Amino acid sequence: MGKLSKSPWLLHYDASSCNGCDIEVLDCLTPRYDVERFGVINTGDPFQADILLITGGVNSQTAPVVKQLYSQMPEPKVVLAVGICACTGGVFKECYNIRGGIDTVIPVDIYVPGCAARPEAIIDGVVKAVKLLDEKKEKIRAQKGREEQPGGTYGSEK
Amino acid sequence: MKAVIFVIGYLILAPFVGALLDGVDRVITARMQGRKGPCVLQPFYDLSKLFSKQMIAVNNVQLLLNLSYLGFIVISGSMLFGGTDILMCLFLLSTADMFLVMAASSDSSPFANMGAAREMLQMMAYEPLTLLVAVGFYLAAGTFHVGNIIQSAVSPVLYMPGMLLGFMFTSAIKFRKSPFDLSTSHHAHQEMVKGITTEMSGPTLAIMNIAEYYEKVLILGIFALFFINSSWWSWPVAIVFCLAIYFMEILWDNVSARLHWKTLLTSCWLVTLLTAGVNLLILILMK
Repeated sequence: MGKLSKSPWLLHYDASSCNGCDIEVLDCLTPRYDVERFGVINTGDPFQADILLITGGVNSQTAPVVKQLYSQMPEPKVVLAVGICACTGGVFKECYNIRGGIDTVIPVDIYVPGCAARPEAIIDGVVKAVKLLDEKKEKIRAQKGREEQPGGTYGSEK
Repeated sequence: MKAVIFVIGYLILAPFVGALLDGVDRVITARMQGRKGPCVLQPFYDLSKLFSKQMIAVNNVQLLLNLSYLGFIVISGSMLFGGTDILMCLFLLSTADMFLVMAASSDSSPFANMGAAREMLQMMAYEPLTLLVAVGFYLAAGTFHVGNIIQSAVSPVLYMPGMLLGFMFTSAIKFRKSPFDLSTSHHAHQEMVKGITTEMSGPTLAIMNIAEYYEKVLILGIFALFFINSSWWSWPVAIVFCLAIYFMEILWDNVSARLHWKTLLTSCWLVTLLTAGVNLLILILMK
């Protein structure tokens, strides 16, 4: 297990969900499922998050928010689309205001289908996301060789 | 020589003790809520992860201000554990907090700025009592010098039980515990994202966390000062009392909800007046 996989911090964003998946996400924090035992914290802050967990399809109002949240997260980061709406747009796919799944706006790494997605499936997705985080970390390290982490002021190219 | 050993011990061990206490805190909190909770070493995993993350800074000065926060807390703690002036130690602690306020004010996030404003309110709430505690130690032991306070014949707490009660009340602010976790919270349910730490990420947040661990040990050190006297057995007694007080803070954290800032100010000042104020009056009349 790498450093990241022992302390994955989540950022949960509701792009346009009916709240069904949101409640299931919160369910994971309750005593029955207790994801904190894996070190998961549901943080509300993109600057401190490792995994971006999005529920619901993207509409024209939430698209810039999703992009901004994604851009504010430090590398390495993983995007988790929870629920069929977040994966493809679901039953709302043909609606005039819906763009479709999250992957129409930002790259999605892991898809958790379901309507609503079951807590077991969400935890499964988080566990996969955690493995992917470690892989991404290794990739960054391999790219940079022995150099330091990329850094800089927020918004700059570096 | 003893002072040097204590200072070096504080410098090296305090972050480990603080992080371990934080881990125990998280497990106890989880058990109180009927959950299993994370591993006791979770804060160490969190720290090592934060240091391995990409450094996103909203500006170049925040890291420096956070380092100053850490630096001043470390100096303040070293003064306490080195047995020097307690008044100076408490002044430095407030100075350290001002650097944190500046670090949060330096970015453009409204949440961080609001957190900074609330942090200053919290300082206003606990500062009177903190200073009265220093005066209390002076009246009880006849000196501000920590090295001499611990040589008193009886524990200072016998002269200043009210001050201890008041300090237990206001130290919930310092431990960032509910109901006083206005500026930022260890729990995720925060109405203004993460408050003062909103725009701190990766290594910057890790430095802030390490500073908090140093501060935690420093505050527990002041608690220990209430119980330590010239006899050797007062030291283990002080440690047991410190752990008991820390447990009570965790319990209080779990049974109370966050307060409005006005309630925070009035309750802290009222408690200061009723506990430390009355205690001080009695001490002055006794001496």
